[in-house]
Amino acid sequence: MNMQPVILWTDALIFALLAVVLALVWFIRRQEHLRAPWRVVAQRPMAMGAALVLSVFVVIGLLDSLHYRAQLTDSPADKPQYSVEVLSMFDALVDELRTQQEKTYSAPLAMQLYAKEFVLRDGETVRDYPRLQYGGAHLKHADARLPDIARRSLIGLAQGLAASLLLFCLLAVWQSHRTHASLGTWLTAWAGGRLDWPGRMVVLIVALMLMLGGALAHLAAGYHVFGTDKVGQDVLYISLKSIRTGLVIGTLTTLVTLPLAIGFGIAAGYFRGWVDDIIQYIYTVLNSIPGVLLIAAAVLIVQVYIESNPDIFDTAAARADIRLLALCLIMGVTSWTGLARLLRGESLKLRTLDYVEAARAFGVSNARIISRHIFPNVFHLVLIAIVLDFSGLVLAEAVLSYVGVGVDPSMYSWGNMINGARLELAREPVVWWQLGAAFAFMFTLVLAANLFADGVRDAFDPRLGGRR
Amino acid sequence: MFAYILRRLLYAVPILIGVNLLTFALFFVVNTPDDMARLQLGAKHVTPEAIERWKVEHGYDKPLLLNAKATGSAQLTDTIFFQRSAAMFAFEFGKGDDGRNIGNEIRTRMGPSLAIALPVFVIGLLVNITFALLMVFFRATYLDLWGVVLCVVLMSISGLFYIIAGQYFIAKLWNLLPISGFAGGIDGLRFILLPVLVSVMAGIGSGARWYRTIFLEEIGKDYVRTARAKGLSEVRVLFRHVLKNGMIPILTGAVVVLPLLFMGSLITESFFGIPGLGSYTIDAIQAQDFAVVRAMVFLGSLLYIVGLLLTDISYSWVDPRVRLQ
Repeated sequence: MNMQPVILWTDALIFALLAVVLALVWFIRRQEHLRAPWRVVAQRPMAMGAALVLSVFVVIGLLDSLHYRAQLTDSPADKPQYSVEVLSMFDALVDELRTQQEKTYSAPLAMQLYAKEFVLRDGETVRDYPRLQYGGAHLKHADARLPDIARRSLIGLAQGLAASLLLFCLLAVWQSHRTHASLGTWLTAWAGGRLDWPGRMVVLIVALMLMLGGALAHLAAGYHVFGTDKVGQDVLYISLKSIRTGLVIGTLTTLVTLPLAIGFGIAAGYFRGWVDDIIQYIYTVLNSIPGVLLIAAAVLIVQVYIESNPDIFDTAAARADIRLLALCLIMGVTSWTGLARLLRGESLKLRTLDYVEAARAFGVSNARIISRHIFPNVFHLVLIAIVLDFSGLVLAEAVLSYVGVGVDPSMYSWGNMINGARLELAREPVVWWQLGAAFAFMFTLVLAANLFADGVRDAFDPRLGGRR
Repeated sequence: MFAYILRRLLYAVPILIGVNLLTFALFFVVNTPDDMARLQLGAKHVTPEAIERWKVEHGYDKPLLLNAKATGSAQLTDTIFFQRSAAMFAFEFGKGDDGRNIGNEIRTRMGPSLAIALPVFVIGLLVNITFALLMVFFRATYLDLWGVVLCVVLMSISGLFYIIAGQYFIAKLWNLLPISGFAGGIDGLRFILLPVLVSVMAGIGSGARWYRTIFLEEIGKDYVRTARAKGLSEVRVLFRHVLKNGMIPILTGAVVVLPLLFMGSLITESFFGIPGLGSYTIDAIQAQDFAVVRAMVFLGSLLYIVGLLLTDISYSWVDPRVRLQ
């Protein structure tokens, strides 16, 4: 199938960010003093387990950031025309989830629709729950549903378990070979938790994720695992697509924050005097405006801009994407003040230290003092702020979408899911699965991010060093 | 002391002017009254006449900064900036799109907002400090470890879910309290209970964990070791010394949000149907009522600056060294 690659703004920025992170990793690996705290992080079971879960989210998010437009099948070969629908590599992978659309709500793993309809049965019209078009369509009778679900989950779990056992054997052989120990000694060291990395936790988390993934994959092949939403779309698919939105908001916002916070914070602390006064004035003004209102005002402005310039954006996806990017920008501009204040205080302290005084006495330029002496010594604060802010931003997206100033309503996001499902709780029977799925995914991502952030903070914050 | 407070008070004036200019720029320069009119009227009804009519109706038909047609001081006063932005300093907020006086709305809606926000603040503070002290008392044991893990779990749940779960289980399924609504006086107590409970729950995770670190920082200090060396019991050390000194950063940190309690909480109020300032703001955002949003921005900044002032005063009260600088 021919396609036309589409690079949305956020895609470009995400991959730029990925490149920066990879470059940083390469740089840190070669510097012993930078590597040491990361080694501490790597020794914490909680942090490593959380990192593994996060990496799954990141991979899905990255796959979902490779966008393209498929060629229309009936378009001429010499002058190809492309669908207006922007898809991603991830969509291509889970194509069945995307296309198998029902009529309206259906419960998780159900084979019938949520609402009764008139259906033709044995020549007469009766009012009953119609069968789903795809979910459980392979079953002949309703009685066969539960055994089938159990069979599929068991097969999935077993396959996951087998895969993890295989991986574990490979790991054991490789590790014992690497450490020149016998297989038995390595296994006892692993079981006793005496490795120099949290082996038990890593193996446990990988095995759990493989088993869960196996069961999900087998169930999703025949059912809608998390049910379907109002227009009949698979809730599992929506939740998975929302991952990218959450990650974009969590990372790109920080990307906007960093230059502002680092530049203004260090400048205020290092130069003092009128520079400090002006910067303090700017951030007190920004801080004093209630965050939600500032974001709301700015989002309304972006909305006006998009509506009055419809010709710039060729697809709905591009329009939603610009709004997402604008949201990141706005949240970044409103949230740099906390970190800037922290960096200012730290730079104030650092500038009076002997080695900075000595550098100044030697006639080293201000720019060089800042880049060689001040910045490396406040970098741990920046890093801690990045990881700590991430989870807060993911949570903020949900609230903003509820207020109506979040991402575009057409975009998949957990906030939009909650917003759409909130009122359906009043129905009888309750439509709970959309909320449940949004909750499960958001909670997993945010919890993993928080646990990882804790590990990073403990390793990098010198004040905590002696205590724990 | 008086000179210090006066100095801080004067410092607040340029900040308020900055906020005012920034909101003016956001609402009138970047986003012109024409754009507002177009957004309000909807794409179908946009004609130049309709836009002009909308602007006259809402009082946006004047020049932005300088009225060249007027004479004398009216050149400056007969403008959008003077009548819409500068007037806020005199607490003249004008009318919202629904025709009601914004100042009156704010006055009547402050009460319900406070009725929720104040109990949440006080009870939340007490609950969080209690949990934090418990964890500190059992520090470096499994109880402490799992306490922290529980805190992280609690703070990983979006605030929306606390509200939805609270409304669904407590109000709908078990019928213990009304789902939403508000009433004045003693009768209103049953309406207030659920939002307060939910908001306190939502705040425990981050609050207790933060206070725990404050207390732990305090407990490593020399005077605590001295107190223990004197033979004081652990409970006495905790309550007499650690709690007292730990309260300084906690209370001064809490003072800054004290005036903002008037603004209420956006999400809680709109979910529970409380007729406070939070739900007023959220309705205004959703209806794109710029006049109300502008008024709330000004009010919020004003209250925040009052909070900063109170923080400064409380610091100088607790720590006399600050005054001498």
